[in-house]
Amino acid sequence: MTKADIVERIHQKIGLSKKESAEMVEQVFGIMKSTLEAGEKIKIAGFGNFVVKQKADRRGRNPQTGDAITISARRILTFKPSQVLKCGINDEEE
Amino acid sequence: MNKSELIETFALQREISHKRAEEVVNMIFNSMSEAMTAGERIEIRGLGSFVVKEYGAYTGRNPKTGEPIEVKPKKLPFFKVGKELKERILDGE
Repeated sequence: MTKADIVERIHQKIGLSKKESAEMVEQVFGIMKSTLEAGEKIKIAGFGNFVVKQKADRRGRNPQTGDAITISARRILTFKPSQVLKCGINDEEE
Repeated sequence: MNKSELIETFALQREISHKRAEEVVNMIFNSMSEAMTAGERIEIRGLGSFVVKEYGAYTGRNPKTGEPIEVKPKKLPFFKVGKELKERILDGE
């Protein structure tokens, strides 16, 4: 599944034009991206949570040379699927 | 931000009714949930991809008591952030 499939579905089921459906899908994902970029988490009930985590500096090694290096502090994005989604995927009742 | 806030932000930005915004947002996430339930991979350019990984049965242990437990086969969804978004998030404080 890609954005094009989601666009097609909105076009079919809601009856919006393809152009409008495509713009809307871009816009919704755009809002999500800016929110995450600002470090804010997104909680979608029934789907899951997107959380930006702050990682501190840590010591690591260059796997090729074995040299000790410092891995700088950074922010990473994680996704935690909701119980509803996990159960749905496994054909179970919640 | 939760789903209602996402719907509200979207409705305001696009100048559409709350009802219409809600329909579109729900359809996006419902389509994605259905695809994953069908075991399908999802790729959203600019955001990332979702894949469903399958795990076989194994014997695990209750971490408190050490008792062996049979863990049934299961499927779990995973999200891999796209390169562009990963880099955009990386540098924030």
